[in-house]
Amino acid sequence: MEKVKKTSGQFRVCWDIFVAFFRAGILSFGGGPSGIPLIEAEVVKRYKWVTLDDFGDMVAIANGLPGPINTKLAGYIGWRLKGLIGLLTALIATVVPTVIMMAVLLGFLAAFQNERWVSGMTHAVLPVVGVMMAQLTWKFLSNAKKGLGWIVTLVLVAVSYALMEWLNIHPAILIAATLLYVLIKPVKQPQASKGADR
Amino acid sequence: MLLWKIFIAFFIPGILGYGGGPASIPLIENEVVRHYHWMPVTHFSNLLALGNALPGPIATKMAGYIGLEQAGIVGSFIALFATVAPSLFLLIVLLNLLYKYRNSPKVKRLTLLIRPIIVVMLGVMAYNFFAASKQASGWMPMILIGAASFVLMQRLRVHPAFVIAGALLIGAFFME
Repeated sequence: MEKVKKTSGQFRVCWDIFVAFFRAGILSFGGGPSGIPLIEAEVVKRYKWVTLDDFGDMVAIANGLPGPINTKLAGYIGWRLKGLIGLLTALIATVVPTVIMMAVLLGFLAAFQNERWVSGMTHAVLPVVGVMMAQLTWKFLSNAKKGLGWIVTLVLVAVSYALMEWLNIHPAILIAATLLYVLIKPVKQPQASKGADR
Repeated sequence: MLLWKIFIAFFIPGILGYGGGPASIPLIENEVVRHYHWMPVTHFSNLLALGNALPGPIATKMAGYIGLEQAGIVGSFIALFATVAPSLFLLIVLLNLLYKYRNSPKVKRLTLLIRPIIVVMLGVMAYNFFAASKQASGWMPMILIGAASFVLMQRLRVHPAFVIAGALLIGAFFME
C-alpha cells in the first residue's frame, strides 16, 4: 500500500512539474525573457517549490550563462525537485509542444504568415509581458530594499544600470565580479554582523 | 555523420549565444545556412517568422524543427540536446555549489548583492517589451492594454494566462 502511495506521489510531482512548465512555455509570447515572470508565477507563487530569493539567484546566474533562459530555468528547477526525471519532464514540457506546433503549422505557413490577425495577436501581448516583467522587477526591488536598505539598493541599481547600459558591460561580467568580491572580502565576525542585522 | 553535424551546428550557437535565445539566432543562421547549406536564407527567415509568432523559447523551436527537417525525430532530439544541455549543465553545477553553501554568510551576501543587478536586467527587459509594443502598435494600444493588464493582474489577481488569452483575442480582432 505504502509503495503505491509513494509512486503515485512521485507521479504527482512530475505531473505538477509538467503542468507548471507547459503553462509557462505555451504562454510565453514575444521572445525568450517573457517566460521569466511566467515561470516565477508557477514555481514561486503557485507551487512554492523555490523562494523568491532562490529564484533571483537562478535568474541572475542563468542570465550570466549562454543559451536560452527558459530551458535553463526549467531544467534546473526540475532537477532540484526530482533529479534527472524532473529535469527531463520540465524540459519536455517547455520545448516539445512548441516544436510540434512549429512542425504542424509550417504546412500552413504561406497562408498563416501573411494573415494580419496573427501579427495583431503577437503585438497585443507585448504590453502584457511588459507589465509582468515590471511587476517582477518591482518584487526584486522591494526584496533588495529589505536586505540592503533603500539608499544602498538605489545606488547599486544606478551603478549596475550605468555599467550595463552605458558602458555595455555584460551582466555575466558584473555577476562574476560580484562573486569574486564576495569570495575575496573576508566576513568580519559572523556574530557581530548577525547582531547588526537584527 | 549528419547527426554529428547537427550536434555541432546547434552546440556552437548554444554555447556562444550570450543574452538568451534571440542572441543565438544569427549564430544558428550562420551554421545552417552559410556553413552547412541545409536551407536557403528565405526558408530560414520563414521559419524565424513563424517561430516568432508562436510561444515558447525561440532557439529551441528553431533547433527542434531544423533537426526534424534534416534527420527526423532523432535529428530533432540531437539538435535540442545540443542547444539545451551544455549551458544547463553549467547552471546545475554552479547552482548546486551555491545551494550547498547556502547557509554560509558569503553566499548570503552574494544573493543580496546580486539583487540590484537582477532589478536592472529585468527592468531593462520590461522597458524593451514596452518599446517593442510602442513600435509595433503605437502609444494608445500599449497604454490601454498595459493599464488593463496591470489592474487585472495586480489588483484583481487574475492569473496571467487569462490576461494573455484576452490580449491575444483583442489583437486578433482589433489590431489587424
